[in-house]
Amino acid sequence: MQYAILAQESPADFAARTDPALAADYWASWAGYVAALRESGIMSAAAGLQPPETSTTIRLRGGSIDVQDGPFADVKEHLGGVFLIDAPDLDTALEWAARCPAAALGSVEVRPVIPPMG
Amino acid sequence: MIQHAADEALERAHRVSFGRLVGWLFRVTGDLQLAEDSVATAFATALSTWRTSGVPDSPEAWLRVVARNHARSVLKRDNRMIAVPPEDFAELVQPTATGGVDGHIDDRLALMFVCAHPAIDRRMHAPLMLQAVLGVDAARIATVFLVPAATMGQRLSRAKTKIRDAGTRFRRPETDESASRLNSVLQAVYAAYGLADPIADLADDRNAALREESLRLARLLTELLPTEPETWGLNALLLHTESRRPARVVNGRFIPLMDQDTTLWTPAIRDRADDSLRHASALGRSGRFQLEAAISAIHSSRARNSSTDWESIALLYRGLLRIAPTVGATVGAASALIEIGQTREASELLSALPQEFVRDHQPYWVCRARLARAVGDSSGERTALDNAIGLTSDPVVRAYLLRQRPG
Repeated sequence: MQYAILAQESPADFAARTDPALAADYWASWAGYVAALRESGIMSAAAGLQPPETSTTIRLRGGSIDVQDGPFADVKEHLGGVFLIDAPDLDTALEWAARCPAAALGSVEVRPVIPPMG
Repeated sequence: MIQHAADEALERAHRVSFGRLVGWLFRVTGDLQLAEDSVATAFATALSTWRTSGVPDSPEAWLRVVARNHARSVLKRDNRMIAVPPEDFAELVQPTATGGVDGHIDDRLALMFVCAHPAIDRRMHAPLMLQAVLGVDAARIATVFLVPAATMGQRLSRAKTKIRDAGTRFRRPETDESASRLNSVLQAVYAAYGLADPIADLADDRNAALREESLRLARLLTELLPTEPETWGLNALLLHTESRRPARVVNGRFIPLMDQDTTLWTPAIRDRADDSLRHASALGRSGRFQLEAAISAIHSSRARNSSTDWESIALLYRGLLRIAPTVGATVGAASALIEIGQTREASELLSALPQEFVRDHQPYWVCRARLARAVGDSSGERTALDNAIGLTSDPVVRAYLLRQRPG
C-alpha cells in the first residue's frame, strides 16, 4: 500500500534551515531520514520544498484568476517535504512518520495514496 | 471526608482487584469484553455509591456482586446460555501463590495466559494484558504502540471477539509447551515496558506512559509463579533498567548508559533488582530473561565498582545468543565485543544478521557506527550514524546522535 508522508514544518523548522547555529543539525536530521528511508527500500519518491514565502498560489473564481504571493492558508505550519512510501500497513507508515524530523516541532500527516486508475 | 476516603478506597480497589475480578468473570463467562464491561460498570457504580453511603467493609466483594449482576443482566438480555455458578460469588477469594484454590490457577494468571495465547496476534498480547489485567484504557495504550486510539480500540475488541468465539479458555499447558507459553507472557510484559533489547538505551523512550503498569505486571508474575526463575529474571531486568532511568536524560540531554552519572541511579530499586535476580538464581534454572538481567546487573554495578566488566558482559551475551538469538541480543553482543577490542568478531556477528531484519533497526545502526569508529572507518561511521539518526523518533536521542557525527 502506498502512503504519502506529508511533513508540516513549524516556523522554527523553517528558520533553522538558515540559522548558522542550527542549520547543520537541521539538514543532517533530514539527510539521515532520507538515508534511512532509502536503505529500507520502501521509498518511491521524495521532495523537499522551499519555504512557504517562495510559493505562489493561484485560484480561479468567477472567470477571473487570482494570483497570490505566498501560500493560500494563513496557518502556522507549512508543507516542507513530501515522501511516498510503500508500506505493508498503516502501522509501518506511522513508524516512519514518527521518525520524520518535522514531528518534533511541526506535524506529520500520513495519507494513503489513491491506487492508479484504469 | 467521605468522598476523599471513597476515592482513595476506589483507587486502591482498582489496583488490587481489577484484574482478579475480570479474570474471574472471564473464567465464568468466557467473554472478556463482557467481563471488562461488567467490572467497569461496578467501578462506576462504586464511585457514586461509596461517595454517598461510605466504603463497604469488603470493597472487592461489593464490586464482585455488582459486576456479576451486570454480567447476568447482559447475558439474560442477549439470551445467552451461560450459567454463572453461585458458589463463585461467595466472599472474596484470596489470591494464592501457585496452584490457587483447589488446584485452580489464579484468575489473573489465567487471564495473562489467555491474552498471550498463540492464536492471538502477537502484537496484541501486551495491549490486551494491560487492559484486561490492569484496566488501562485503550487511548493510553494506543499512544505507546503508536496507533490512533480508535484503531487500538478496534483491535482490542477484535481480539476479544476472537477469544470469545474461539472459546479460548485457560487450560494448563502441556509440559512441552508450558515454557513457550510462559515465554509469550513474559515477552508481552517486556514489550509493554518498551525494552527492544537489553542495551536499548539508545532507542526511543516511547513507553513512559505504561512503564509503571508493566513493572506491576512483572511483579505480579513473580507473586503468581514464584517457582519460575524467569519471572524473577524479567522482574530483575525491568527493575535494573528502571533504577538507571533518572540518569538517562539530564538537562534535556540524552546520556548513554556508559556515560551516566551513577549517583543519579536509584539504589533502592537496584537493590530490589539484585534481590530478584538472586531469587531467580537460587531456583537453579537459567534462562533468557535471567541472562539479560545479569547483563543489566553488571551495568548497574558500575555504581559500586566504578568500572564495567565488559568481559563478563560479552560472556553472558554468548550464553544469551545460544538460547535466544534475537537481533537485539546480537547487537548487544556485538557492542560488548567492541568494548573489549574484539572488533572482527563483532563485525562477523553483525554481518551475519539478515538484512531485512536490521535495515530499520535503529540499535543495529548505532552499533555499526560504534564499530566503524573503533576501527577508524570514519566514512562508514557517518553512513551508519545517518541511518541511525533517520530511524530515531525521540528528538533527545536524535540530538545526541547528531552530536556524535565525525567532523
